[in-house]
Amino acid sequence: MRKAFIQTLIGIAETNERVVLITGDLGYLVIEEFMERFPDRFFNAGVAEQNMVGVATGLAEAGYIPFVYSIVNFATLRPYEVFRNGPIIHHLPVRLIGVGGGLEYTNNGVTHYGLEDVGIMRVQNGLQVIVPADSQQTRSALLATWNLPGPIYYRLGKDEKALIPGLEGMFDINSIQVVRTGRDVLFLTLGNITLEAIKAAGELSKRGMESTIAVVPSLNPLPLDSLLQLVKDFRLVLTVEAHYINGGLGSAISEVIAENGVSARLIRCGIRVVPDGSTGSQQFLYHKFEIAAEELAKHAEDEVNKLRNSHEN
Amino acid sequence: MRAGVGHIGSSLSIADILSALYGESLIIADPNDPDRDRFVLSKGHAALALYAALHLRGWLSHETLATYCQDNTLLGVHPEWELPGVDFCTGSLGLGMSYATGSALAARMQKSSRRAFVLISDAECNEGIVWEAAMFAAQHNLSNLYVIIDLNGQQALDYTKNVLDLVPMVPKWQAFGWDVHEINGHDRQEIVDCITSCGINSRQPHVLVAHTTFGKGVSFMENQIKWHYWQMNEQEFKLAIEEIER
Repeated sequence: MRKAFIQTLIGIAETNERVVLITGDLGYLVIEEFMERFPDRFFNAGVAEQNMVGVATGLAEAGYIPFVYSIVNFATLRPYEVFRNGPIIHHLPVRLIGVGGGLEYTNNGVTHYGLEDVGIMRVQNGLQVIVPADSQQTRSALLATWNLPGPIYYRLGKDEKALIPGLEGMFDINSIQVVRTGRDVLFLTLGNITLEAIKAAGELSKRGMESTIAVVPSLNPLPLDSLLQLVKDFRLVLTVEAHYINGGLGSAISEVIAENGVSARLIRCGIRVVPDGSTGSQQFLYHKFEIAAEELAKHAEDEVNKLRNSHEN
Repeated sequence: MRAGVGHIGSSLSIADILSALYGESLIIADPNDPDRDRFVLSKGHAALALYAALHLRGWLSHETLATYCQDNTLLGVHPEWELPGVDFCTGSLGLGMSYATGSALAARMQKSSRRAFVLISDAECNEGIVWEAAMFAAQHNLSNLYVIIDLNGQQALDYTKNVLDLVPMVPKWQAFGWDVHEINGHDRQEIVDCITSCGINSRQPHVLVAHTTFGKGVSFMENQIKWHYWQMNEQEFKLAIEEIER
């Protein structure tokens, strides 16, 4: 998604001189073309993320639209207070780009897992939080939102190639995007782990259970109307995210269900432990933290059976 | 006194610096002019002095000034950006230094002659972001950035030398590539002259290390740690006013 993002940004920057890109010394083999095309609007702030966001605040106050780029944790956790007191409090159009949400930095280890960024960003009133699920949606999401007033956090995946079947680049800030329909289970997904939900749905189908899958690409504010319209038709909803169990999509959906009196049962699938040092591929980590397709299917099947049994009784 | 809040000593420490800036150095035709000089009071806890300066410039009425720390006022202990004449909301130390660095960079990108000024405290230099910004500004030759350090040697709980000793301040900034000047932070003309003269052709950002006295002008506050947070009673208020008006 990084390349799709930068390519799209280059297109925007060609016609809009307010667009500036600042990196925290990251983006090797991704951002070079922007740097070469717009040398006067590109800055490497060095390994100094607090100042990177502070400088972006000063630029935005003077009329620029700075895109600030780093790995998820270095973009969000390190300069969090600067982002809060700067762009958010001042309603300035700074765009924070966090790359590699969830477990995508795999064997780089726990310092590089982005597991709470959506939670800490979602609590900030006035901040748009956008999580595309693949490269095509990254492009359409950026085109639809880059010029919105106020600050935005984009959580991007590293995978450039994998596409979500059925998504076809759809993005509407006021809507979730349904990529599969079925009557028994509703999966609501965050980002590119949607692929695991799709695999789980395939497995469930073999066992006689049909799933709807909807990508939730904007979390703050949530596309409430379109969510409610879908959720009210299901007795079982599973949220799927490469994120800590608290604060992210699962928490957001539980708020929607509770506040609107929806009678669905919600299973939040996310990371429930403090990660230890044993690392490996993304697939290994998905299994380890029980958010791979197999575990998602098992959670869904167990709950469907419980609901069927309770219905029969 | 009515507000029942502290930070009086810190405000007196910078009153002469603000007088020099708002009385002469800052080029601000109108607080809404996009091409105005920017000023960031990064040591936001001294906003009381800033409000006085904004009042004297005519951007803050006497009636508004009287709402300081009352209900439904923009005049809290720390400055809010919605107040005309305040460019950035501050109060979390260090951040203003970085905002001002961005302001200076923006001015240069827009080929504007406007400048960015930021007033930081000496203890604020404890914050890592100050040095991140210092490296960035020097790297990008932001000679339109002026940092003024209120070097009063005090912080909330103790004298700076007993917390994280900042001495020597001047070589630290020189080592970071800055154009450094040491001045008397209570000599208005010296401050103005220094800003006017410092490095028009310089490629370096400027820092004015301003030697100041905490609680300046009120004998019982000067250099006293307790007046960082202490509030005046009626008798102290009378005494202070008498001394300042003398």
